Amino acid sequence: MKIAITTSGKDLDAPVDPRLGRAQSFILYDTETAEWSLLDNAQGVNAAHGAGVQAGSALVNAGVEAVLTGNAGPRAFQVLSASKIKVYVGLDGTVREAIEQFKAGNLQAAGGASVGSHFGIGM
Amino acid sequence: MTIAVASGKGGTGKTLIATSLALVLQDAGSVEFLDCDVEEPNAHLFLKPHIEAKEAVEVPVPLVDDAKCTYCGRCAEVCEFNAMAVLKDAVMVFSELCHGCTACWVLCPEEAIRPTGREVGVAESGWSGPIGFHHGWLRVGEAMSPPLIRAVKARARPADFVVIDAPPGTSCPVVESVREADAVVLVTEPTPFGLNDLELAVDMVEALGRRAGIVINRAGIGDGRVNDFCRSRKLPILLEIPFDRRIAEAYSRGEPLVGAFPEYRLRFQELGRALQSMVKP
Repeated sequence: MKIAITTSGKDLDAPVDPRLGRAQSFILYDTETAEWSLLDNAQGVNAAHGAGVQAGSALVNAGVEAVLTGNAGPRAFQVLSASKIKVYVGLDGTVREAIEQFKAGNLQAAGGASVGSHFGIGM
Repeated sequence: MTIAVASGKGGTGKTLIATSLALVLQDAGSVEFLDCDVEEPNAHLFLKPHIEAKEAVEVPVPLVDDAKCTYCGRCAEVCEFNAMAVLKDAVMVFSELCHGCTACWVLCPEEAIRPTGREVGVAESGWSGPIGFHHGWLRVGEAMSPPLIRAVKARARPADFVVIDAPPGTSCPVVESVREADAVVLVTEPTPFGLNDLELAVDMVEALGRRAGIVINRAGIGDGRVNDFCRSRKLPILLEIPFDRRIAEAYSRGEPLVGAFPEYRLRFQELGRALQSMVKP
């Protein structure tokens, strides 16, 4: 299955990004083949408004079934859950560690946003 | 002639100046007063208008017809405000982000989107003696004020003088309030914060191509850097009001400055004349 992990870096040893709408990038990871690619989140980082909508839409279009992140704001969460994509919050540490936790089945899907809007820009 | 009273920094005295200016101009011609601070209208506390008319103001937001929609994503593509998310079999509209620009329904290739209304607030009109008075109340929790400000402005009747009490700051609501004014009065205070925000306000007003004049309120509480700045930018200082606790006391009682201190009437008449010659030299 294809999953996405937010990251402030460029590879599996980079840290998980605590933000979703304003996350620097996403690592798209295939749990079956262990292949991965980096998806830039420029549209979310640079959006004046609605970063969560943009990032959420980009992840929907990337065809992932789950998103691992530090936090998720209300609009990103809405967009992802409307597409039945599971959101897992509270991840910190590296992308690799987050993937291991997901594969081990230790994570519980979030029932809603973990932070309010504008969290990613410190408001 | 339309005069907008703005500031940059909040609390410098826009409403103080705008209300007294309107009260003095009513002797020179017909006056319409527009309180464009729809997030926190306060001019009514001083002009005490009798309100006669009110209407709900809506912004158009998109409504998608799922039967016609092919989920092509064009609407989300053209939306400057990221108000739409197109999923595999649904379109999500985030109407609170929508600015009503109409791009999505105009450009939808299937004509699957039509505009529907979202109430942003209420506009009210009335009279304060012979002064026509208009203001707006933005719905609590609403962020989109420019459409309500436009509705308030549209209610102004033709008059010799239109006085606009603008909101504080330099962003969208202020731009909407001042963009068509013949002259903008920028009210400041002679302090570092006052100066900092005045500089931002001057940049905004000049970017909009408006003529500006400065009023220094609470003169004497700081230093002369504001005056130096005005000189360096060739901005006329049209009026200086010295700090006087009694003015603040009268204000806190809802008394316009020229009402509580009639000796100020002359100074506001001079302000009015200075503004007129700025506009028609």
